[in-house]
Amino acid sequence: MSLYRDEAVVLRTQKLGEADRIITLLTRRTGRVRAVAKGVRRTRSKFGGRLEPFSHVDLQLYAGRSLDIVTQAETLRPYGERIVTDYGRYTAGTAVLETAERLTVEEREPALRLFLLVIGALRTLCTGEHAAPLVLDAFLLRALSVSGYEPALSGCARCAAPGPHRAFSVPAGGVVCADCRPAGTASPSPPAVALLDALLTGDWLAADASDPGDQREGSGLVAAYLQWHLERGLRSLRLVERV
Amino acid sequence: MYEGAVQDLIDELGRLPGVGPKSAQRIAFHLLAADPADVRRLVVALTEVKERVRFCRICGNVAEAEDCRICRDPRRDLAIVCVVEEPKDVVAIEKTREFRGRYHVLGGAISPIEGIGPDDLRVPELMVRLADGTVTELILATDPNLEGEATATYLARLVKPMGLRVTRLASGLPVGGDLEYADEVTLGRAFEGRRLIDV
Ligand SMILES: [Zn+2]
Repeated sequence: MSLYRDEAVVLRTQKLGEADRIITLLTRRTGRVRAVAKGVRRTRSKFGGRLEPFSHVDLQLYAGRSLDIVTQAETLRPYGERIVTDYGRYTAGTAVLETAERLTVEEREPALRLFLLVIGALRTLCTGEHAAPLVLDAFLLRALSVSGYEPALSGCARCAAPGPHRAFSVPAGGVVCADCRPAGTASPSPPAVALLDALLTGDWLAADASDPGDQREGSGLVAAYLQWHLERGLRSLRLVERV
Repeated sequence: MYEGAVQDLIDELGRLPGVGPKSAQRIAFHLLAADPADVRRLVVALTEVKERVRFCRICGNVAEAEDCRICRDPRRDLAIVCVVEEPKDVVAIEKTREFRGRYHVLGGAISPIEGIGPDDLRVPELMVRLADGTVTELILATDPNLEGEATATYLARLVKPMGLRVTRLASGLPVGGDLEYADEVTLGRAFEGRRLIDV
């Protein structure tokens, strides 16, 4: 299997040598892969603008020992073109890509559900049908869930006592009941927690109608929850434009 | 691993952009074998670049005085400022001899995934520069890639209330190529940036 074909989203690009780039990809079948695109920085490169972040591409790759080599690239959806015309969408989209990279800890470990979530988030950002920070938070909650870190948003994270509960403990894994509540646990506003539940379950009608103050509070909870589960913080999260 | 000084040199060279461990070793042994006068010239050049060269306080380009050669030139149009990412972009545009205004060098592009936001670039300095109304046109000449595009989008929105004429360099088909080989993104941009032909 020296040559293989896969579909992928470009997560990140880094300069390599004079004219090449290392492209970090989230592929449909092979998980996260890093591949060299030779000569891609030259204006006459056959790859042109196809291998920019956010691009959804159909690729042919040559499997190398540590890095693969991109031999052919066809655009399926150039999501970056639309996302980059709006700075808020761009910063939210970048956080989606960085999260996808960070949640795929091992290279070449298939991550189909995460791949589909990334595609869904980028497509939604392009249409602009929902506010970009909400699209990001919905993605983060679902991406954490498919990675095994689903937050408890109604029943108690510790004893599963049915909710609603007021306290939200990041280390405990979500809302906690009065009995399980660790000392010093914050009590966010109930609508902010309800918003997170709406985002996780895809209730966009409720999410779109939510109050901006609750959206900010919800984003803060999601960010804290995400940082807890990743070894180090996301670099792009600080730069995401909030309303 | 080599002893002391040789290994130190290899380590230092290996920290340069685009120089891998193999190349660092090759350069180190080349220097070891080279004529002492050649090496001394390199040392002088390295020292001088750090001692003499600084960044223009107006535009951020490399300069040997407080202000760079372009900002000091009275023939340059003060009303037009061309925003670029790096000093090497100034050199590239100067070679065309098309542009008679002045520059603003950002020092990079907005790249959230690398943790680089607007305040990590010379964006605040640009805003100060635009505040007195001398500049009436801003040309956004950041790189025609995603980060350059995002930086241009950000700047265009930021300066919008100032009522300047804001333009973006047309990006499109490379001259000398065949249309059929252009990718969709490049071809799409070329359509957007099409111009009227005067006959
Ligand atoms: Zn200057």
